[in-house]
Amino acid sequence: MDDNPARAAIIEEGLQEAGEDEITTIVERRGLAGKLEEMAPDVILIDIENPSRDELEELFAISRAAARPIAMFVDQSDEETTEAAIDAGVSAYIVDGLSKNRIKPILDLAVRRFNAFSRLQRELHEARTALADKDVIDRAKHILMAQRHVSEPEAHGLLRSQAMNSNRRIVDIADAIVTASELMGGMDGA
Amino acid sequence: MALDRLTIGFLPLVDAALPILAQEHGFAEAEGLELSFVRDMSWATVLDRLLYGHSDAAHLLAPLAIATTLGRGRPAKPLAVPFVLGLNGNAVTLSQDLAARLVETGKLGDPNATGSALAREIMRLAKTGQRLRFGVVHRYSSHNYMLRYWLAASGIAPDRDVDIVTVAPPFAADALAAGEVDGICVGEPWNSVAVEQGAGRIAIVTSQIWRRGVEKVLAVPEAVLEDKAPLFERLIRALLSAGRNFIDPDSWDANAALLARPEYLDGSAALIRRAISDRILLARDTAPVHIPDFMFQHRDAANFPWKSQAAWLYSQLVRWDGLTYAAEDAERAGHVFRPDFYRGAVSGHDEPLPGASSKVEGGLETMIAVGGTQGRLALGPDVFFDGRTFDPDDISGYLEALPVVK
Repeated sequence: MDDNPARAAIIEEGLQEAGEDEITTIVERRGLAGKLEEMAPDVILIDIENPSRDELEELFAISRAAARPIAMFVDQSDEETTEAAIDAGVSAYIVDGLSKNRIKPILDLAVRRFNAFSRLQRELHEARTALADKDVIDRAKHILMAQRHVSEPEAHGLLRSQAMNSNRRIVDIADAIVTASELMGGMDGA
Repeated sequence: MALDRLTIGFLPLVDAALPILAQEHGFAEAEGLELSFVRDMSWATVLDRLLYGHSDAAHLLAPLAIATTLGRGRPAKPLAVPFVLGLNGNAVTLSQDLAARLVETGKLGDPNATGSALAREIMRLAKTGQRLRFGVVHRYSSHNYMLRYWLAASGIAPDRDVDIVTVAPPFAADALAAGEVDGICVGEPWNSVAVEQGAGRIAIVTSQIWRRGVEKVLAVPEAVLEDKAPLFERLIRALLSAGRNFIDPDSWDANAALLARPEYLDGSAALIRRAISDRILLARDTAPVHIPDFMFQHRDAANFPWKSQAAWLYSQLVRWDGLTYAAEDAERAGHVFRPDFYRGAVSGHDEPLPGASSKVEGGLETMIAVGGTQGRLALGPDVFFDGRTFDPDDISGYLEALPVVK
């Protein structure tokens, strides 16, 4: 269960490569009980930020009395594996009696892929931030070029020396210049 | 001086207020603490993070702290509760259709009369093969226990006559609107959200069921509380300052705006203010109703973790999980609430302290002055709507006397 389709696809692909071929991704919360009953899953993987976890656990609590009770993974695994899963942001629920040999690789894979996905997201976020930073610096340079009548390399030099002197980042200096310029009436020069 | 850091997990609900206000208003800093927060969307995840060290403490459902310690639903892990974050603050919101048959629009239902009317409605529906469904936020929640207490005392068997399912708070209004459930018992701001959307009407509030019902607690793994005891003593004092601020009418607007921020509740300040000020809009296009004890976060030693509250929660766990009373489990459950720790933190500071650690719950019909080891303390009425009292020294006697409606 994952409301992030990209991540769900990555997990699904990994599990298929590992030889698990009966995989269903659930995104929609409504009708959860019915879907689970119909699928009779052996293992459920869920993103720990998914708001449906309490609902899911309640269904399992009821199922404990049923023919195929579902247990929390923490019932059957070592603390270390559970901790790694929580750290990665994934939780697992397993049908009672499923062999440990089968559970372990599934969970390890989910943990690895969750971690890889988080890393990718972080990198993407950083790349976006870097792009936004570059945009602010370019605008500040244009303002300096227009107002101080300097070349682009000179404008860059001004930003850099000001940053070094005041022990701040270039982007912070650029941001201050852009903000000040907007306040002074959009003398952006761009 | 460098501040000591504590990380606190929470769900976006109004009763997560005290730790947030402690940090935002500088009460934590005054105690040499810096609080950081981890917001989650399910209690399962708040609990996982607490048990696996992502957080030091958590805003948690009181019954879930007891259930976790006793190993209900997962392997037992001992939790400690050195501070109660608040009493009540929840409501039963019914679908427009059902509410129209049971309560007068814009008026708060009487729990006895509304309960009886609901019982008749359930019997009427049963003849046509229909059955009502109620959503609660968690199996181990005061919402579940309060709803069941009210139904059972009204002659309705919660496990036979209706369905009770778990619905996460952010989905509660939506589930009501979609007809997935006919009623929800949930905390604020989610009843007000349902009212605002026109999905339902607030019929009764939980403070009518038990005037001083324990709600969210500050839960800490027992070992962490011992390891970081001096930090938690300071945290308790910061939370008490936040409590005083919470009940000050001059703070309501600012606090509602603060809690509404994206990193906290990410919701409407106007709706949050209703709960903070105990002024609740029961139905759309009606005037707000002042419900004095709707949400009880500080006065009358509300933050004191009474052992008898833990004992009552244990009695309900036995009742609704179909267990047999066991003296050693009652003992373990009682030990979760830590009045001794609270006392150590507050002793010598300007905050009234009760002399006892346990009391008969539901025994006070009027405000009464009680013996304290420090300061002057009065306790307000704490009655259950059916007039029963709970003696923590006779849990099995209490359980035997409750109506058998399973």
